[in-house]
Amino acid sequence: MELETAKIDGFIARYGLHQGALIQVLQDIQGEFNYLPREALEYVSEKLGTPLAVTYNVATFYNVFSLKPKGQNHICVCMGTACHVRGAQSILDKFKRELKIDVGETTDDLKYSLDKVACVGACALGPIVVENETYHAHMKLDKVGKLLKRGGRK
Amino acid sequence: MASFDDLVKRRGEIAAGRAPNRATLVLGDGTCGRASGSSEVRAALSEAISSLDTEKRLAFRTTGCHGFCQIEPNVQVLPDETLYVHVKPENAQSIVEAALSGKVLKNLTFKDGQKKSCAKITDVPFYKRQMRLLSGLNVYVDPLRIEDYIAIDGYQALAKALFTMTPDFVVEEVIKANLRGRGGGGFPAGWKWDSVRKAEGEPKYVVCNADEGDPGAYMDRSLLEGNPHLVIEGMLIGAFAIGSHEGYVYVRNEYPLAVQNLIVALDQAREHGLLGKNILGSGFDFDIRINRGGGAFVCGESSALMQSIEGRPGEPIPKYVHMSERGLYDKPTNLNNVETWANVPFIVNRGADWYRTIGTEGSKGTKIFSLVGNINNTGQVEVPMGISLREIVEGIGGGIPNRRKFKAVQTGGPSGGCLPADCLDVPVDFDQLTKLGSMMGSGGMIVMDEDSCMVDVARYFTNFLTEESCGKCVPCREGVMQLRDILNDITQGRGREGDVELMEDLSKFVIDCSLCGLGQSAPNPLLTTIRYFRDEYVAHIHDKKCPARRCTALISLRIDVENCTGCALCKKQCPTVAIAGEKKKTHVIDPEKCIRCGACYEVCKFDAVIKE
Repeated sequence: MELETAKIDGFIARYGLHQGALIQVLQDIQGEFNYLPREALEYVSEKLGTPLAVTYNVATFYNVFSLKPKGQNHICVCMGTACHVRGAQSILDKFKRELKIDVGETTDDLKYSLDKVACVGACALGPIVVENETYHAHMKLDKVGKLLKRGGRK
Repeated sequence: MASFDDLVKRRGEIAAGRAPNRATLVLGDGTCGRASGSSEVRAALSEAISSLDTEKRLAFRTTGCHGFCQIEPNVQVLPDETLYVHVKPENAQSIVEAALSGKVLKNLTFKDGQKKSCAKITDVPFYKRQMRLLSGLNVYVDPLRIEDYIAIDGYQALAKALFTMTPDFVVEEVIKANLRGRGGGGFPAGWKWDSVRKAEGEPKYVVCNADEGDPGAYMDRSLLEGNPHLVIEGMLIGAFAIGSHEGYVYVRNEYPLAVQNLIVALDQAREHGLLGKNILGSGFDFDIRINRGGGAFVCGESSALMQSIEGRPGEPIPKYVHMSERGLYDKPTNLNNVETWANVPFIVNRGADWYRTIGTEGSKGTKIFSLVGNINNTGQVEVPMGISLREIVEGIGGGIPNRRKFKAVQTGGPSGGCLPADCLDVPVDFDQLTKLGSMMGSGGMIVMDEDSCMVDVARYFTNFLTEESCGKCVPCREGVMQLRDILNDITQGRGREGDVELMEDLSKFVIDCSLCGLGQSAPNPLLTTIRYFRDEYVAHIHDKKCPARRCTALISLRIDVENCTGCALCKKQCPTVAIAGEKKKTHVIDPEKCIRCGACYEVCKFDAVIKE
């Protein structure tokens, strides 16, 4: 894949050329490409003057970053306390069974990625599942299948 | 705006532009509103209003969260304060017509425990006992319109501070008000301001901690999303008092709407001369940048947060020197939580003496809690400090649903603890909760019924903290993980005699030796569940039973012959094809194949699936 350096330059311009911009720039790259391509990490390191080891350290420390491409549909199961006491674990387990992947993985056809998140802050409506940018409130086990069906699964 | 007078003038203009006798429809359109379908309601209401003749057009405002998240999408009609709940797009037309004719739609009002219709917001038990000082403003403010905030006397406190107070006086007021840090620690904000003000080194930084990582808490999201200018104004006043010209808001990436609204609010504040150079013509300069977090709980810790702003992994550093002397970029830094900042304009506007009339001896003002879990009325609650837990859980929350019994309330997130029914009459403030072994924390309040297993809850938090430990210091990285492993064993039926004592010993070591607050408080959920629910540990370890029937390894599922109608719903849901039976005849679960996921238990409409 050809690295779209112009886009990355645009992100860097928003925050300036210093290490404090690193996390913000990586966030924008993750948002744009759905993951952090190796070439992008190298490019950003060079531009901001941060050693690649530091950039890699940051990219692997924070949960929000992924070094592998994410699927078209990104399923995020909220595992906050309120969701937990209302059965979030069994919802997550059902997604794992249906998609046949573990947390942090992507299906072979690149259609789905499964992640868990500490809390999305919509605790009154738990259990919550976020599919891309859509929040699904009051999730139930039998709603998992329906959600995946709508996304073209099964 | 270039002066105090300009602000007053602008406020007058906004008021003059509004039709005084016309009703306003207010739609809660925050993250939880949208998760419940408020976007569709917004479109329907706009359409219904725009089809009216111009002179009849109602005012319409989309705002952040109104607090009572469970009844969303909800619409309030002002000034009558009529509340409509669970509004659907097809209700839009009738709501508009009713508002025009001053009628109330009974079918859309909230029904209380006795099925009585509560037309006005002040009739609803959930709101009745609250004191919504900060969060109550959300209804009046469209977060994307600074005019709304100015109209409710917004930035008045800033102007008052800039033009009628000295920085020292502002600090003194905040000390006198005894505003304590709402992020969890409860450290007096005024003292912190004072030490940063007196610290040597330039520039000085002001930082707002909006990295609300506590699972089960969302007060900061709601404030930042619904009323960002209140937080900005608080920061401005703090910066003026401290002598800072550069501020940061460190906000979670998991709150996209809060980030979006804050960006717009900062831009509008700059356009109005409320941020940037020479604010309101006073000669004071200050601006704010946003830093989005990367989904690391530890970044709520002050030194880790500053590492993250500097573009490094969020690993805490030893605090031989306070952040107030050497914090961000090694300069004096003042870090306060969103809710703490949001309190500041009230203290400046109405004075410390007024502020001190709210709350208890040691804890002044109000506190926002997110009241969630197994409770009838879930949502965001703001109460004066000192109210009892019972008042919150039973009075505001309306008790436990499905005729279940109350078991515990968890406060303080992963650093706090679980309190049993005996503690319900304790007044809620910083000191009392700490005495009970829990803490105020940022304000998560998760209610658990008798179906919650306390060992499982301890395992949940310990597992969370194992995953979120940054790994820098050994006591936290290894110690918390060992605690987690022991808890895993116990919940899976492999608990051994002496495990509880072993965990108590290990906890002491983790508390005493960890580098930062994450590790130092990590054993709290475990220790409080041992303190108040020791019998549950004994049942798991000794009898290999989970009294709440929650831990899947310790339960079995069977179908009751009496109740089963043979509807086959469970059979359809079973992921491992463990259920057999002909239609209209009793079904049976094969215990060999059953993975105890509980899908059958959840779908059965006849209570025929029994957990043992």
